[in-house]
Amino acid sequence: MTDAILPTTPQRGSLIEVDARTRRRNAAEKRFRLYGLVALMIGLAALAILLTSVFANGASAFRQSSLLLDMHLDAAVLDKKGNRDPEEMKKVTTIGYGKLIDKALKEAVAAKGIAVEGLTDKEVANMISKEAAAQVRERVLSNPDLVGETVKVKVLANGRIDGYLKGRVTMQSAERDSNVTPNQLRLADALVAEGLLVKAFNWDFITGPDASELRPEASGLGVAILGSAYMMIIVLVLSLPIGVAASIYLEEFAPKNRWTDLIEVNISNLAAVPSIVFGILGLAIFINFAGLPQSAPIVGGLVLTLMTLPRIIIPTRAALGAVPPSIREAALGVGASKMQTIFHHVLPLAMPGILTGMIIGLAQALGETAPLLLIGMVAFVRDFPAAPPEGFFDPASALPVQVYNFTQRSDPAFVERASGAIIVLLVFLLVMNAVAILLRNRFERRW
Amino acid sequence: MNIAVLVLIVLAISATGYVLGRHRALSGAQGDRRNLHSLIGYYGQTVFLFASVPALLLLAVWLFLQPLMIEARVGAMIQPSDIPEGGSATLVMSDVRRLAEGLDNAIASGAVTEEALAGLQAGDAELGSLLSDAGVALGAELRPNVLEAAKAYRSDSHGARLALTAAVIAVSLVGALLSLRRVSPEYRARNVFERFVLAALIASSLVAVLTTAGIIASLLFESIHFFQLYPAKDFFLSLTWNPQFRGGSDLGIWPLLWGTLYVSFVALIFAVPVGLLIAIYLSEYASKRLRTFAKPAIEILAGIPTIVYGLFALITVGPLLRDYFAQPLGLGTSSASVMTAGLVMGIMLIPFVSSLSDDIINAVPQSLRDGSYAIGATQSETVRQVILPAALPGIVGAILLAASRAIGETMIVVMGAGAAAKLDLNPFQAMTTITVKIVSQLTGDTEFASPETLVAFALGMMLFLFTLVLNVLALVVVRKYREQYE
Repeated sequence: MTDAILPTTPQRGSLIEVDARTRRRNAAEKRFRLYGLVALMIGLAALAILLTSVFANGASAFRQSSLLLDMHLDAAVLDKKGNRDPEEMKKVTTIGYGKLIDKALKEAVAAKGIAVEGLTDKEVANMISKEAAAQVRERVLSNPDLVGETVKVKVLANGRIDGYLKGRVTMQSAERDSNVTPNQLRLADALVAEGLLVKAFNWDFITGPDASELRPEASGLGVAILGSAYMMIIVLVLSLPIGVAASIYLEEFAPKNRWTDLIEVNISNLAAVPSIVFGILGLAIFINFAGLPQSAPIVGGLVLTLMTLPRIIIPTRAALGAVPPSIREAALGVGASKMQTIFHHVLPLAMPGILTGMIIGLAQALGETAPLLLIGMVAFVRDFPAAPPEGFFDPASALPVQVYNFTQRSDPAFVERASGAIIVLLVFLLVMNAVAILLRNRFERRW
Repeated sequence: MNIAVLVLIVLAISATGYVLGRHRALSGAQGDRRNLHSLIGYYGQTVFLFASVPALLLLAVWLFLQPLMIEARVGAMIQPSDIPEGGSATLVMSDVRRLAEGLDNAIASGAVTEEALAGLQAGDAELGSLLSDAGVALGAELRPNVLEAAKAYRSDSHGARLALTAAVIAVSLVGALLSLRRVSPEYRARNVFERFVLAALIASSLVAVLTTAGIIASLLFESIHFFQLYPAKDFFLSLTWNPQFRGGSDLGIWPLLWGTLYVSFVALIFAVPVGLLIAIYLSEYASKRLRTFAKPAIEILAGIPTIVYGLFALITVGPLLRDYFAQPLGLGTSSASVMTAGLVMGIMLIPFVSSLSDDIINAVPQSLRDGSYAIGATQSETVRQVILPAALPGIVGAILLAASRAIGETMIVVMGAGAAAKLDLNPFQAMTTITVKIVSQLTGDTEFASPETLVAFALGMMLFLFTLVLNVLALVVVRKYREQYE
């Protein structure tokens, strides 16, 4: 009976020779696959371009050009009465020190026999950062015995000269720039050749305070890093206990009713509320109503805590829920109360998962910018906040806000600073996430 | 007395209570723990809680209320004539506070005695030098009422501080003694302690509710304030946004709303197909090796702070689009544009869309796939005609969540979209969004009396409502979808 099943009209084509319709379908299959691959490549390329752009622009912020000078600290200028009393010497302003540094540089240029045609004294003086005088003054005031001696000093070079050494400023751009002249760049070349102008690792960028708009070469992240650290301490101290307690109640105790349903919807909604709305909350409640000071880490910490809480509660509940019921039943079976079961057995077993969620929540809080703008963290802060707890109420900056601040300034040197600050921020985030992954891989148990 | 010292005293009382509670329970049971109702630690812990928690709560409430009450009392002493032209009552109040602090410092450093201070008058030269030594610089001349107010502020704060110290220590001692009296072997210490802990757990879970209440209250309160100063009709219907700090501003929301929706639209047009295709490729096609490398790499994008994307828009994408697209095509000369912000925001949303869609695609039952392959469909036909329709509600939910993120995103648009409020179709023009204007109206020195500042709260209200609707909608859709396959 096999004949009856055979098609009466033999199908055209064969398994070896593909017909047009199958070819079309296979081509569609290939195209679809290609679309997917292209999309993936777009995503990966975006990541690569983003990171390259930040690192290419920012890596140079970690090296800074300085002038090495033999400077004579003239007693006649710095300490007229000659009694080396720091209180008396404070009367000499940075202008007095500035002139001495200018002289030292001029002498160094002359001593090395560097001659640049048409170079004016003012151009030579402008090679030095406006911040240099303050640096030297601080050093002398902390050690008055230096006065009258000739000491080796290392002072910051002007931001444009630094830019020339880093390739940001060129001869062509200098001709159009009112802040730097080609003569200065030629002098810079000569100084580099003589070893007087050097680039070195820039610790001040990481530890120093911010500087004014006209002194990009002196600006640092110290205050911002400290402010961010203070806020993270507040977020950790507040959100870990509150978040864990709230999760325990919702996961283990809450009866299933309307009221707990409302809390749950509330938490998942809060996790998706735009961060800037939390900034408005902080401004209205913590600053205007409760009267806490503006730009203080305490306000930033509280706002970030409220924002981080729902983001911690969700993974914490998942971690608690992942502990198998057998553990609970065993504890209850030997006579533990429900509270003892949870605090003695469930919570310790869920801890790795909770900590992982906590660290990821902290990392998100560390990078958050928008709410901090509204509570006054954008203010220019040069003074380091005091040690906690008083320091929590002192004005401070925050790392991501400092990036924003740098981008609002006109000098192109701040692009490098902003990108450098982002590298610092990303390093912190990388470390935190690495710790979270390590915790997860090392301690998390699959049941 | 210093607050920290006060807290330490309370803790010391509580610690003593702990030791005594344990001891009393044990001696009541003739030294045999088996005669106790609860484990012995619970007796100590209960006493500790009763000694510390009520006292510390009192301390917190007091510290919160004290400045409000003192300022209400002292503020009544200041006459309207004491407020200088262009100043405000709050500024005078802050002068009073600084003055009181300065007087405190002067006394602490021994520059003046309490008695001498009481006799000082506003015009005295001695007072001026005293204050400048104490580090208080007064802007205008010192008015007699302000000085009197500062003195009253000082004495009130001192009195209140003394009363606070006495009250807190008393509450702590009473709590310790009362709970100690109740300790006996029959006392159900564990139950009391656990009820206490449960109350603390419930209170913690209410923080989230309070946060929402705080958000709604602050937005609503200041928005109502705004609509009293500026007609709601103009805010919702006017097509121009032109704040003037001298008054007479146009504060229509439409240009901002348009900018917000336009930027979000560009972002979603980019992110949704790319994110969805990445999710499909990774879950259906990619080899295991590619997946272990590509999936975390895409997720890195989600962990990068938005300020980084903002900087990327500002220094890389913006100039690139301007030099290679906008200017050659004659469409614009600004590096900040809808396209810049939209593209960068799209990159930010890719991992968001892809990881959500990934979960959803994986939730489609394998039987649907097997059935489709069995009737001869190719892999792409299965994806397009079986998996995607089955996963559609979930994907719609993911897109709604992504839209909510896009509308609420701030740093990328602040740095990439520009500040000009315009109703324009050209995507290479700078436009502005609701979030940008919230930031610009609320940063810097702000005075909470002008509609130009308060409008930020009305904008925040709109933003909150939009995202709330999108989030709730997404939640409902995703929940429905989950139920379908469970």
